[in-house]
Amino acid sequence: MHFKRSDFKIIKNYIAEIGDDDVSYVLSTFTITYIRVEKEHGSEIVTNQLHFNHCFLFFTMLKFCSIFSKSKSKNLFLLRSRTKSTSRSQSSPAAYTFSRRIFPYSKHSSLLARVSISRVPPSRSFATDSEARDSIEYDVVVVGAGPAGLSAAIRLKQLCHQKGADLSVCVVEKGAEVGAHIISGNVFEPRALDELLPQWKQEEAPINTPVSSDKFWFLTKNRAISLPSPFHNKGNYVISLSQLVRWLGAKAEELGVEIYPGFAASEILYDANNKVIGIGTNDMGIAKDGSKKENFQRGVEVKGRITLLAEGCRGSLSEKIIGRYNLREKGGAEHQTYALGIKEVWEIDERKHQPGAVLHTLGWPLDHKTYGGSFLYHMKDNQISIGFVVALNYQNPFMNPYEEFQKFKHHPAIRQYLEGGTVIQYGARTLNEGGFQSIPYPVFPGGAIIGCSAGFLNVPKIKGTHTAMKSGMLAAEVTFGVLNEGLDMDMYWKALRNSWIWDELYKARNYRPAFEYGLIPGLALSGLEHYLLRGKHPFTLKHGKADHEATNAAQLHSPIQYPKADGVLSFDVPTSLHRSNTNHEHDQPPHLRLRDPKIPETVNLPVYAAPESRYCPARVYEYVADEHNQLKLQINAQNCLHCKACDIKDPKQNIEWTVPEGGGGPGYSVM
Amino acid sequence: MKIMVAIKRVIDYAVKIRVKPDKSGVVTQNVKMSMNPFCEIALEEALRIRESGLASEVVAVTMGPSQCLDTLRTGLAMGADRGIHVDSTSALHPLHVAKILRNLVQIEKPSLIILGKQAIDDDCNQTGQMVAGLLNWPQGTFASKVSPSSNHPGFKNQAFAPTMWWGFPKDKSNMSQIGKKEYTHGTMKSLIGVVLDKEKEEVTVDREVDDGIETVQLKLPAVITTDLRLNQPRYATLPNIMKAKSKPIKKFTPQELNVEIKSDLEIVEVTEPPKRKAGVMVSSVDELIEKLKNEAKVI
Repeated sequence: MHFKRSDFKIIKNYIAEIGDDDVSYVLSTFTITYIRVEKEHGSEIVTNQLHFNHCFLFFTMLKFCSIFSKSKSKNLFLLRSRTKSTSRSQSSPAAYTFSRRIFPYSKHSSLLARVSISRVPPSRSFATDSEARDSIEYDVVVVGAGPAGLSAAIRLKQLCHQKGADLSVCVVEKGAEVGAHIISGNVFEPRALDELLPQWKQEEAPINTPVSSDKFWFLTKNRAISLPSPFHNKGNYVISLSQLVRWLGAKAEELGVEIYPGFAASEILYDANNKVIGIGTNDMGIAKDGSKKENFQRGVEVKGRITLLAEGCRGSLSEKIIGRYNLREKGGAEHQTYALGIKEVWEIDERKHQPGAVLHTLGWPLDHKTYGGSFLYHMKDNQISIGFVVALNYQNPFMNPYEEFQKFKHHPAIRQYLEGGTVIQYGARTLNEGGFQSIPYPVFPGGAIIGCSAGFLNVPKIKGTHTAMKSGMLAAEVTFGVLNEGLDMDMYWKALRNSWIWDELYKARNYRPAFEYGLIPGLALSGLEHYLLRGKHPFTLKHGKADHEATNAAQLHSPIQYPKADGVLSFDVPTSLHRSNTNHEHDQPPHLRLRDPKIPETVNLPVYAAPESRYCPARVYEYVADEHNQLKLQINAQNCLHCKACDIKDPKQNIEWTVPEGGGGPGYSVM
Repeated sequence: MKIMVAIKRVIDYAVKIRVKPDKSGVVTQNVKMSMNPFCEIALEEALRIRESGLASEVVAVTMGPSQCLDTLRTGLAMGADRGIHVDSTSALHPLHVAKILRNLVQIEKPSLIILGKQAIDDDCNQTGQMVAGLLNWPQGTFASKVSPSSNHPGFKNQAFAPTMWWGFPKDKSNMSQIGKKEYTHGTMKSLIGVVLDKEKEEVTVDREVDDGIETVQLKLPAVITTDLRLNQPRYATLPNIMKAKSKPIKKFTPQELNVEIKSDLEIVEVTEPPKRKAGVMVSSVDELIEKLKNEAKVI
């Protein structure tokens, strides 16, 4: 184990990244020279032990100077602090290699392991091919054909028609068709749609089941205690968001928006000034080992003067942008917190079906420390949406949100609806729970982030569609100004703050953080908020730990025994997965990347008892015994529902969700 | 030389099929539809023949309601030159499709018709054969390019039977080199799939049959239906999808083509297959015999 010439560059890069202070620079250059001298005078005889001593000395010196320096290098060994968003994309691959090589055996390797270092996977993130890509240019490129993206596209075209301008708008969507990846409860507040397309009723939008009743139950194992409903759902509708988005897609195409489903935006394109100029789609037809298949097709560059990212919660490109431009700090935001929602659509006995009935529950089967609950909405055609949402800052690594959902369905008050019915579809997706405190600065050079990728979900209302749509519309209005009148995209931030989104989210800001203190305090504060304070208090509660840090070590908890699926009310994961119509081209590199391939077996399994094998609603992660009877992680990427729970909840943030070949993923139609 | 490819819009293969509550059919509302996989392979083969210079034009034909235009556009995006849409909202059975194709052939006059071997919704496997019969054209069905090293059951029995080699063209020089790397005469090494010989107006097709691979040589004009392992269909790229919007699509109706859609078949009922019952563990041979006698009634 010797220092090679290339190591010096690595060290220099590493120093450059962590410390921009003069003192640390001088000290580090000194250290480098010291080491270089060592090498030139026969490093062959330098042993591992000597190396260790040198490195230790080197790092101690750096640490000392960072303590005394006033620069950001204070965070030398904890580059990812709790409140900052992860700076994954910024750390260089070089730094990773350096730390891994220097400290394989020392006890300080765990210290360094906490340094956020991303090994950018070589195959698809860079344009490794020398083959040039086709480039198509538009005025506006929208990534994601969801409520936010389509609202933005529709609004842009409306403004063009109104003001006689002509802007080309392109929407790229990773699902096989518009609406295939859309899943939501959904009790829809038509506030934004009324502004966007006031004639929606005449134009036969699939919104035809008004809310008829609103119940709220606290469940214990055998009973359901009715509580006063905190929701005001009068005037709202029970819908299938997938159907609504398909309708929005048709409306957008009528207006001249070009929508391309089946194309996954996998990388952001930058120009020489670090400005975003568009996105690049995935190369298609790459085999599992990385070689090109017979039908290999290079991705294309879709360039836009403005790029709007509307990827939904924890969008892969949005997270990269937030990291790169430090948008969380810029907006004074805390980290985002999430919940995992698992949903089924059932067709039930028509005698039990009450169109428009809305039910929410709290309590059983979750304990006092875990925030979550269920929903049961009656749609039309004897169909109901039933789902379970669990906040991802749960502490018990043995918790299995999917199994909690299956358990929940057996509650006597719930099973009465389901008996005699059949499941039509299944799906899962994470959602934002950070609310007001976690909204990042949504504008970056060359574009903006809209919808759940920024995070406008109103947690106490459990509605995010209307705010997502409104944010898309506001972004469209500002974009139109930018492209036609030379305005600044920063106006979007201003527009958000002046809109009813801000108002609404500000009023709702303390409901969720109150639950950090437990279920009862949370409920108490919710009651207080709802009836008395209504958001008019001077304080803003902060979030607790980030979701991935909240998981306790497995030794502090005991495994939970979940009942076996009975095949009538509850089901096993493969059966449910089949109902999600999920499919990926199997012969492609797995889109779930491990930053460090050793962490699953060295950290996740021994310390946390492999939580990813439990929270993933698609059973992508399994630990299988290999020939030596050692448990190894097996990634069944083909099952992936694109929910992003692993990207959020992995304790060491080792799993990176990247976008697979376009057209793969779930096939939701009534979700 | 013109090639006509017939494509069908079917329920996507990854979708979980549900039977309608009234048992009249399968739920097709709000369900993802896409091009039949075998038709994709047929279109890919036609495109490859055109790209090797042996054909001038590939025409894609689809029949059904107006939503079929989406599938046709996908076909145009893959590379077909023109599209034909036969608009019909009634159910089209293979014989109707075959008759419509025959009448279209009289208008378009292609030298080769390539179809998928069957559609994944009805699994009929009849249309290609019926078209060939109605037109009185030779047919090469189940065109495939299976390599001998695969686990195809036929290869184990039929290793070197001389009957497999009839019809192999003797003269290599006029052969087109479509989709294969090496052509070794008279050995099992590489199979050629579909090979066109323009001068001799012949097409040689490797057919994947139950016994192994049968090679037939057909005089053009001919009908070919494609099987799964013939080729890997290409992805439609974004620029091609944009170009496809401007490619011409001609519309016909069955009445214009003098075909009457009158069916002699009536679908009475569609039900799900019976649910598999769990297996029962028996503790002794006597119990097994007793169960076979009394419960299953097979002995």
